[in-house]
Amino acid sequence: MAKIVTQFYPRFYESKVGKIALLTMDNGEDYKKPTTFDEEALNSLNKALDFIQREPDVRGLLLTGKHYIFAAGADLTQIPFINTFDQGKAIGQFGHATFKRIMDLPYPTLAAINGAALGGGLEISLYCDYRTVSKGVTAIAFPECFLGLIPGWGGSTLAPRLIGPEKALGLIIYNPLSQNRMIKAFQAFEMGVADRLFDTAEFLDDSIRFLEGIIDGREKVERAPVDSSNLKPLLKKARDFVDSKVHGAALAPYRALELIEGAFSWDLDQGFAEEDKALGDLLKSRQCKASIYSFDLVQRRAKRPVGVPQVEPLKVSKIGIIGAGLMASQLALLFLRRYEVPVVMKDIKQEFVDKGLAYIEAELTNLVEKGRLLEAKARYLFTLVKGTLDWTDFSDCDFVIEAVFEQMEVKQQVFAEAEEVVSSNCILATNTSSLSITAMASKLRHPERVAGLHFFNPVAVLPLVEIIPGSKTNEITLATTFAVAKKLRKTAILVKDSAGFLVNRILTKMLVDCLDMVDEGADFQLVDEAALSLGLPMAPFELLGFVGPAIAAHVQETLNRAFGPQRFPINENLRRMVEANIPGIYVGEPPNLKVNPALKELWQKKGEKDFRKEEIIERLLTSLTREIDLIMEEKVVGDTRDVDLAMIMGAGWPFFMGGVTMYLDLAGYTPKVLQKVFFTF
Amino acid sequence: MKAREVVLVDGIRTAYGRAGEKGFFWHTRADDMVVKVIRELLRRNPQVTPDMVEENVWGATTQEGDQGLTLGRTSAILAGLSEKCAGASIDRMCASGMTAVTTAASEIALGAFDIAIAGGVEHMGHHPMGATADPNPRFLVDRLVSEDAIVMGKTAENLHDMFPEISKEMTDEYAMLSQHKTARAYKEGKITKMIVPMTVYTPEGWVVADRDQQPRPDTTLEGLRDLHTPFRPMGKVTPGNASGLNDGACGVLLMSADKAKELNLQPKMRLVAFTYAGVKAEVMGLGPIPATHKVFKISGLTMDDIDFIELNEAFAVQCIAFMQEFKLKWPDEPRLNPWGGAIALGHPLASSGPRLMIHLMHEFAANPKAKYGLATMCVGLGQGGSVIWENLQGDGKKTPKKKAATKKKKK
Repeated sequence: MAKIVTQFYPRFYESKVGKIALLTMDNGEDYKKPTTFDEEALNSLNKALDFIQREPDVRGLLLTGKHYIFAAGADLTQIPFINTFDQGKAIGQFGHATFKRIMDLPYPTLAAINGAALGGGLEISLYCDYRTVSKGVTAIAFPECFLGLIPGWGGSTLAPRLIGPEKALGLIIYNPLSQNRMIKAFQAFEMGVADRLFDTAEFLDDSIRFLEGIIDGREKVERAPVDSSNLKPLLKKARDFVDSKVHGAALAPYRALELIEGAFSWDLDQGFAEEDKALGDLLKSRQCKASIYSFDLVQRRAKRPVGVPQVEPLKVSKIGIIGAGLMASQLALLFLRRYEVPVVMKDIKQEFVDKGLAYIEAELTNLVEKGRLLEAKARYLFTLVKGTLDWTDFSDCDFVIEAVFEQMEVKQQVFAEAEEVVSSNCILATNTSSLSITAMASKLRHPERVAGLHFFNPVAVLPLVEIIPGSKTNEITLATTFAVAKKLRKTAILVKDSAGFLVNRILTKMLVDCLDMVDEGADFQLVDEAALSLGLPMAPFELLGFVGPAIAAHVQETLNRAFGPQRFPINENLRRMVEANIPGIYVGEPPNLKVNPALKELWQKKGEKDFRKEEIIERLLTSLTREIDLIMEEKVVGDTRDVDLAMIMGAGWPFFMGGVTMYLDLAGYTPKVLQKVFFTF
Repeated sequence: MKAREVVLVDGIRTAYGRAGEKGFFWHTRADDMVVKVIRELLRRNPQVTPDMVEENVWGATTQEGDQGLTLGRTSAILAGLSEKCAGASIDRMCASGMTAVTTAASEIALGAFDIAIAGGVEHMGHHPMGATADPNPRFLVDRLVSEDAIVMGKTAENLHDMFPEISKEMTDEYAMLSQHKTARAYKEGKITKMIVPMTVYTPEGWVVADRDQQPRPDTTLEGLRDLHTPFRPMGKVTPGNASGLNDGACGVLLMSADKAKELNLQPKMRLVAFTYAGVKAEVMGLGPIPATHKVFKISGLTMDDIDFIELNEAFAVQCIAFMQEFKLKWPDEPRLNPWGGAIALGHPLASSGPRLMIHLMHEFAANPKAKYGLATMCVGLGQGGSVIWENLQGDGKKTPKKKAATKKKKK
């Protein structure tokens, strides 16, 4: 594949008010390969600016991008090769020096943001005197903090000065740390990033007209004065937000806060110099490397699952859901929305069925109220759902998924009953979180039609599904299950039929270790704090309350049976908790959680050991390193990248940990514990 | 039904590009060019808000790809007109745009709509003429038309056979004059007034298409003399004395006279009469002759009443035949194409009819004494179209002609 090079193309237009330079950023590809900046691109910009500066009588400059893309920022593929402070700093300096030439041009300059403007792409626009934005643009963002970086080509310095601290914090801190949220054109206009919002249809024509107006004085731009009087409290609030998101484990957002603060006291050159230093520190950092690795997993590997058989999947035109509980109802809703085909939901009591249907109806109404679904469409979709007690409604289903009580006998029985009515090629999928697919299929006449399709709660939020073939699952079943996952817009990974599959096994291992340490004398809260300081989205004992002690204990028992008490001991205290019907470790609402007083009586400590935070982390990660090594040895998944992708997409583990194995490698656990690294090329 | 007065309020076009990779519209969609024209018409006439346009009729010879899917409707949506605005596409080959205008005008005249946009577009780079056509074999088997009839250049050569007195030198002279008239009009700023600049994508950066690409102001007889004759050996038709292959869009804003008054708009011209007529396909260039005779009959006017004639210059030979028929002054009838024609400006098929009309509109503005103008053009496969407009920008002091136009309207 030839290297894609971004070029800056200078052209001139003899307008009514004089000569205008049109400068286009284009990498010669369509919008699927957005324009990015590397050293060559910056060289091209320098050349283009030389050319424009040689041209006499230029009255203005308009900078824009190719169709649908303004510019998507720095080329991330170079980051793995940056190892020193000086390398990183030099990248910052070159960008600043080049972009600043636009700022120094002696005539009005306008960035016409015609499409996605991300990171360095948004930064280059800030060097222009004015910005226009096309109404159709949906991706304007500083994703840097999401990737372990800071806007280091001027963004951290210029954005706060342009739009004030509150909005700049939104763009630079809050949005990237909120699932990398992006803003749309009208928001960019409202917050003052852009001076004008124009229709897509004539965007560049209107932008040129606007620039002509600036040149001949017809247009006046009024900007709200920047108010930095409340800088301190805003920074404090943002710092608390960052703490709540990354618990000190990521460097970048904290560094960005310092730069935003500095933007209001330093001069421009000092701001740029501080950005350079930040890039020097961050580009070589473990968090940045891991983030870029994670970003690549999510961008690419997530879209092309490994292990899909090369056979034509079956067409799915009716779906059966066995069960009408909360999980089943969530599944019914998801299938309904993505497939828009008849969905039949069966349970054993009418009241269960009614409850499930009511849930779906309420959720559809909710979507209508949020403006995400037309009312007429919601009405139509609800007519596609049928609740039933009668198996014969399944007779023409092509794909059936069960979400009944997590017990082997119950699951075997509903599959056997379903098999009596469904056609011979109907697929029977199970949403089990830990039971053996092979065992579940073993009593059927056609075990080859069974596959595991394991969702994560809440189904609408977490993008992962684990797809698990049993020993007899045939290719067409597997291919269809992958096709179903794709249609549901889920990221699928292929996992071996083994207890707990992948994500729950890792999470359970961690929980087991945490419980052990509490048994040995550690505080619940200290253990949680230690785990959170790694950057996990939710502390293990908080997660226990969310999942429910009974389910957690059940998975633990399944793993215990499969792998023995050495690796997955049964925790007696957890069992007692389930028996006593205590719903969680904590009472109260975060951040004011208190350990449930009832546990003081119930929990029988085995020791009085005084744990330090570092010790807890060391123990958790050492244990995790060993478990992941066993997972790989047992071929639960084929590649450590799938472990990482699964932890990011299924458990919400942060980008800056690189899922998990990249962190274990870079933080030295894999080398120390296993004398190797997980990462392979 | 009682017919109402229909007026043309405004008209605008894109620049005309060369068809093909060297043309500035090569990477631009035809429908986007239409959208540009529609929006510019509204921008220039703010009294007409987008939701007031009720009908959007567009002509295109090829109605597929970026000119397909009922261009009149798709462009209405893309341009941001109201969803209530109707839309249609029209095909009368080169006169598709002219027919779009007369169709929309007829609809207004009969009370179907008050306000309409109509025009024509042809992206001949994306849609080479007849590229995807599938002519019925009976045309040849039954000798309905000769093979020549679908190659326009050959029909022009046929005209030379039919009118041996029209020499190659005459056609070259005609062509050169057209180029020079356009060059002068450009210099005087007359042409750019009719063009809306459009920013267009090229792989070497966005550029602004604000001038026609085809005109060759330095054309000389010597330069024209030895050009090749692609349509027959020892032929007379050359790229120099014919219109080119072009991309372009042109549209007009039409409304009932009452509506214009209500909106306090100054209409530019009033539709007096129009018609279309057929001729033999092999000599399609003669089409304007019967069409013009017919429109005179309908309107009661004669060539003497006409102050400006906008004749589409598909081929110089066809224009000279028209001049001879109507006894126009050779070689420089002052009323005929005073700012040049398609030989210089280009001929993006369906776009040309409305272009003739906006030339009249601007010629009327520059000549308040002028009363009537004729727009006429030939059509592939043997048709002609003629439309007469009355100047509403006049000062009313025109010396009366022999007879006034009858407001003869069909019931």
